[in-house]
Amino acid sequence: MKRALLSGNEAVALGAWRAGVRVAAAYPGTPSTEILEELATYPDVYCEWSPNEKVALEVGIGSCLGGARSLVAMKHVGLNVAADPWMTLPYIGVNAGLVLAIADDPGMHSSQNEQDSRYYARMSKVPTLEPADSQECLEMVGAAMDISERYDTPVLLRVETRISHSRTVVEYREDRLRVDLPYEKDAVKRVMIPGHARLRHPVVISRLEDLEREAEAFAAGAMEMRSSRVGIVTSGVCYQYTREAFPEASILKLGFIYPLPEKTIREFASHFHRVYVVEELEPFLEEGIKAMGIDVVGKTRIPRDGELDPTLVAQSLAELIEMDTGVKHGGWTPPVPHASIPDESELPGRPPVMCPGCPHRGLFYALNRNKAVVSSDIGCYTLSVLPPLAGIDCQVCMGASVGMALGMERAFASSETNSDQAGKVVCVLGDSTFIHGGITGLIDMVYNNTISTIIILDNRTTAMTGFQDHPGTGRTLMGEDTYALDLVDLCRAVGVQSVRVVDPWELEEMEAVIREEMEAPRTSVIISRRACVLRERRTGIIYRVREEECTGCKRCLRLGCPALVMRDEKAFVQEDLCVGCSMCAQVCRPEALEEVRGGD
Amino acid sequence: MLLAGVGGQGNVLSARVLAEAALSMGYDVKTSEVHGMAQRGGSVVCMVRWGEKVHSPLIEVAKADFLLAFELLEGLRFLHFLGAGGTAIVNDYRLDPLTVLRGDAIYPEGVMGFIRAYAARTLELDARELAAQAGNARAAGSCLLGALSVFLDFPASVWEESIRGSVPSKAVEVNLKAFALGKDSTASSS
Repeated sequence: MKRALLSGNEAVALGAWRAGVRVAAAYPGTPSTEILEELATYPDVYCEWSPNEKVALEVGIGSCLGGARSLVAMKHVGLNVAADPWMTLPYIGVNAGLVLAIADDPGMHSSQNEQDSRYYARMSKVPTLEPADSQECLEMVGAAMDISERYDTPVLLRVETRISHSRTVVEYREDRLRVDLPYEKDAVKRVMIPGHARLRHPVVISRLEDLEREAEAFAAGAMEMRSSRVGIVTSGVCYQYTREAFPEASILKLGFIYPLPEKTIREFASHFHRVYVVEELEPFLEEGIKAMGIDVVGKTRIPRDGELDPTLVAQSLAELIEMDTGVKHGGWTPPVPHASIPDESELPGRPPVMCPGCPHRGLFYALNRNKAVVSSDIGCYTLSVLPPLAGIDCQVCMGASVGMALGMERAFASSETNSDQAGKVVCVLGDSTFIHGGITGLIDMVYNNTISTIIILDNRTTAMTGFQDHPGTGRTLMGEDTYALDLVDLCRAVGVQSVRVVDPWELEEMEAVIREEMEAPRTSVIISRRACVLRERRTGIIYRVREEECTGCKRCLRLGCPALVMRDEKAFVQEDLCVGCSMCAQVCRPEALEEVRGGD
Repeated sequence: MLLAGVGGQGNVLSARVLAEAALSMGYDVKTSEVHGMAQRGGSVVCMVRWGEKVHSPLIEVAKADFLLAFELLEGLRFLHFLGAGGTAIVNDYRLDPLTVLRGDAIYPEGVMGFIRAYAARTLELDARELAAQAGNARAAGSCLLGALSVFLDFPASVWEESIRGSVPSKAVEVNLKAFALGKDSTASSS
C-alpha cells in the first residue's frame, strides 16, 4: 500500500485511473480543474479539455457507449451548460461506466453563484455519491463506476471546494482495472425519439427504486453510535465539521446521498428524540428525510448560504444540544473573545486584483475613455469591475455577454429614456470564454443585423483557472501540438465585416479603434491580443518616477496597477512588481515616468 | 496551524511542504488551500492540521497553535484564529492592498504590536531579506518554515526531504538555504 497526501481532486483522478477510466473530458472551472490536469499525467487514458462542459459530457456519453469507462468533470455551473444531454442520458443509460464529478463552491470562493448540484440528482433521477475526504474520493469513483454499470445509469460524484482543495491522507494500491465492454447497436434504447423515450422513462423510475436498495447496502456501517441523546445525519465535508464540533454525537454519515437509504435513516432516527441534519447550502437531505415523515432540525438553525465550518456548526446547534444533553454548549468549547484585535470589518480589504502589466488593464482603461456600456463575461477581466477601473455594467455566466449586449442595444435603440446609451454597448469576453459560449451569440448578432462591438480578450490561455490550453492555443491537455483556432478567420467566417487586432498595451490605438468601431453601424469584432503577463512576464525594462516631474495628479493611478503607489504626494513604482508594460508612462501628462533597464 | 498571506507569496507551497513533513512523521494530516480567482493578489489563507486523528480540514477560531504570517496585515486579519498559548511567526513585511494604495482605506498602524499583545509568543523576522540572501526573495516562505521548525520536533532530514519533494527542482537549493537562514535566525534569537 502506498500512502500519500492528496487533494480531493487528485484522489478523484487516481480513483478514476485505478477504476480503468480510458476517456475523460472537462472544461476547466474552479474548484474542479485539477481533476483532469492530474488524470492527464497518468498513462493510457485519453484526457481532453473540451470547448465547454456540454461537449465534455457528450464526449463522455459517446465513450461510455463505446465500451470505455469515462469520467467527466466540471464545476457546479458547468452542469447548467451540460444539462441538456445530462437530462436525457439517464433514459439511454450507459454501456461502460460514466461518472460525472461535479464540484460545488459553497461560499463562492471562485464562482458567480452557490447553486446546490444535488438538486440535479433529483431532477435527473441519477444516483449520487458524496465523499468526505480524499480517501473516499478515490474509493467512491470506483464504487460509482461499478454502480453505473450494474444499474445502467450515469452516476454523479458530488464534491465541493473543501473536499477538492483539501489534502488528506490516502492509502492505495497502484493497480488498475481493465474494462473494455463490447459495443452492440440498440436503437430503441439509445435513440430518444418520443416513442422510444416513452418506453425508457418508466425504466428510469423503476431503476430508482432498485437504487434505493443499493443505497441501503452502501449505508451499512454508516451509523456511528456514540451519545444516546444526540443524533446527527450529515455527509461530505460537513461530516468532518460535525465530528470536530460535537465529538460525542452519534452520526449517520451518508455517502450515497440520492436516493436516500430510507430504512437506515428510519432506524437511526428511532434512537433519538431529536435528529439534526448538518449540510451546506440547500436543505437537500432535510427535505428528503422530512418527506419520509421524520422530523429533523436543519435549516431553521444552520445557514442556507455560504460555507460552514466547525465553529458555525457548533454555534448553530450548541443551544439545542445543550437542552438534549444537559452539557454546557453541548460539549463544545466556544472561542474566548479577545478584545485587543481590530474587527475584520475595520481592516482594509484585499480583494484579488489584475496583475501588474495585465493586458486587460489597457483595454478597460480605453473602454472607460470611450464611456462604453460594458457587458462582460467570466474571467480575470471581471476583476475590472472594482475601482478604479470600475469598467463593467453587467455579467452573468460563461458566454452570456454577447447575447446580453445584443438585447441591451435593442432596448436602447428603441428607447426614448435611454437613447443616449444607444450605440455605446460593448461586450468583452476572453478567448476561452468566446469559444466556450460566445460564438453562437456572435452568429446571432450578425444574423440579426446588430450594431454592436465585441471585444475578445485574447491572452492565449485560460488564465483564471491556472493556464489551461483551449482550442485557440495550439496545444492539447495531453501536450500534443494541434491546429490553433484562428479567431480572426472564425469571426470573418460567421460574417463579421470588421475584425481588427490591437495590442492592449498600446492605449491610444486601443482607444481610437474602440471609438471607430463603436461609431460604425455594424457588428464588429476587436481582438485585444497579448499573452497573459503571468506567462510571458518580463520585458527587461521597468519604469521609474522622476520625482521632480511628477505633479502628484494621480492620473496613472486610474489604471489600478498594484505596482503604482503614492509616496509623499508623488507617484512611486514598486520596482519588484513592475513588468515594464509602459501603460503608466503612456497616460502620464508631464512624462514623469522613465524607462530603465531592470527586471529579471 | 495557519499560513496567511497574499496571493503569489507562496503560502500554498509552504503549506504543502509543512504537510508533507507532518505526513513523514506518521501523523494524520489535513490541509485546506485556496485556488483560482482568490490567488490574484488577494488575501490567501491555508490551513494545515496534524495529529493522531484529524477530522476537519478547517481550523476553528481561537484554536490554532501557530500562525505563519507572510505579511503583516494578513497576519492581523487571521490573528483571531490563534488560540491561547499560540505562537505567531511574522514576516516583517508590509504589502499595501489596492484599497490602501488608492487612499480608500488606511493600513493599520502598529500591527506587530497587536500581534505581540495577542499571541503568547511572537517571532518577527525579515523573511524576504533572508530569502534574498539565500538567492531569491520569493523563497521567504521557506525562511518562515525554518523559523517554525525550531518549535516542532521534526528532524532536519524530514524537512529537507519535504522541500526536495515539493519545490520545483531548480528552486530546491535556494529554498533549503532560506530554510536554514530562517531556522538559524530564530534559534539565535529565542
